[in-house]
Amino acid sequence: MWKWLHPYANPEITYHFTGKLTPWFTWLSIILLAIGLTWALLFAPADYQQGESFRIFYIHVPAAILSMSIYVGMAIAAFSGLVWQLKLADASAAALAPVGAVFTAIALITGAAWGKPMWGTWWIWDARLTSELILLFLYLGVIALHNAFEDKALAGKAAGILAIVGVINIPIIKYSVEWWNTLHQGATVSKFGKPAMSADMYWPFLFCFFGFAFFVAAVTCLRFKTEILSRNSMRPWVKALVKEEIK
Amino acid sequence: MNPRRKKRLTIILSVLIGLSVVAGLVLYALSQNIDLFFKPSEIHQGKEDTGLKAQLGQRIRIGGLVVPGSVKRDESSLKVSFKLADMRMPIAFNDADPMVTVKYDGILPDLFREGQGIVANGVLAEGFIIEASEVLAKHDENYMPKELAEDAGKAHTKPSY
Repeated sequence: MWKWLHPYANPEITYHFTGKLTPWFTWLSIILLAIGLTWALLFAPADYQQGESFRIFYIHVPAAILSMSIYVGMAIAAFSGLVWQLKLADASAAALAPVGAVFTAIALITGAAWGKPMWGTWWIWDARLTSELILLFLYLGVIALHNAFEDKALAGKAAGILAIVGVINIPIIKYSVEWWNTLHQGATVSKFGKPAMSADMYWPFLFCFFGFAFFVAAVTCLRFKTEILSRNSMRPWVKALVKEEIK
Repeated sequence: MNPRRKKRLTIILSVLIGLSVVAGLVLYALSQNIDLFFKPSEIHQGKEDTGLKAQLGQRIRIGGLVVPGSVKRDESSLKVSFKLADMRMPIAFNDADPMVTVKYDGILPDLFREGQGIVANGVLAEGFIIEASEVLAKHDENYMPKELAEDAGKAHTKPSY
């Protein structure tokens, strides 16, 4: 397996490989989101208690799940960057951080918009909301550290340590609703077991979730390519690529 | 794996394990403070694991299910009072359950109804009464279309209190 992975430590090969993946992710995301969001926002049945407001679920829950998954992905990249000193791993962590931060912000904002009519408040300092806010701050810290040093290797190291330490927050977010009394409800959908919603509400959710997941993949690929270019701007292959573009 | 990588791996792993232990201990020590609310039975008997009791006049949050038939509205003002019982699955109410009366003067949230979970923030008074300044509805994780809810015999119309 290592033999097979080795060529991808080379920025040029990885750049072109990522470039091939990007259109696939983009189109999958556009198709899934078009089907999923239309179905979810127009055709899925309204909830018996919340009425139409429950539809924010289809954006809030994918955003919240992805905000945590992206963080885990970023931490794994940072970890391999620290241990094996792979420059590309640091670049991918730097590419993931802002995407994750945006999805965390979406989860927090949509949650607040739903909380006002349903709970009666925009915000409450319960364990779930507070730990998700800390996740946002962790992302902002990682982004800041990536940009705080001229030397990218040093920046990757500093941001990587913060990213790895912050992983402790992920199980806290996930299990906060089970460990403590919170205003936030428990999980409706999980990998194991039946979802706590009917099938005609659950299917559009799956489309939305995978649509947003491929959207993350596509945006990350674009950002990853940009990171590779900016970190290798002095290399001959990048110069050749730019000359090709200008022509 | 070469020795330098091995060394970095051990350093990072030991730091991570150390930090998780620290975080675990901190959360364990803080566990009673992270709980958002007291349950009605905990007002009567103290917190489940620590036995900590809320003092009279203390500002606390209380969370539970609104006991059906206990909601009383004042005719001429927004004043409302209702009883809360512990949340348990499946939902059931018993007269012998420890209950707490909540008195509130204000607009109730959309999801407030009998049998629904709520969280109230207020001051504990004599006789297991909470003078609430804020009432929030706690939603559960179940979502259902109207037709299914009707089949299951759930009331879906918003009652007017």
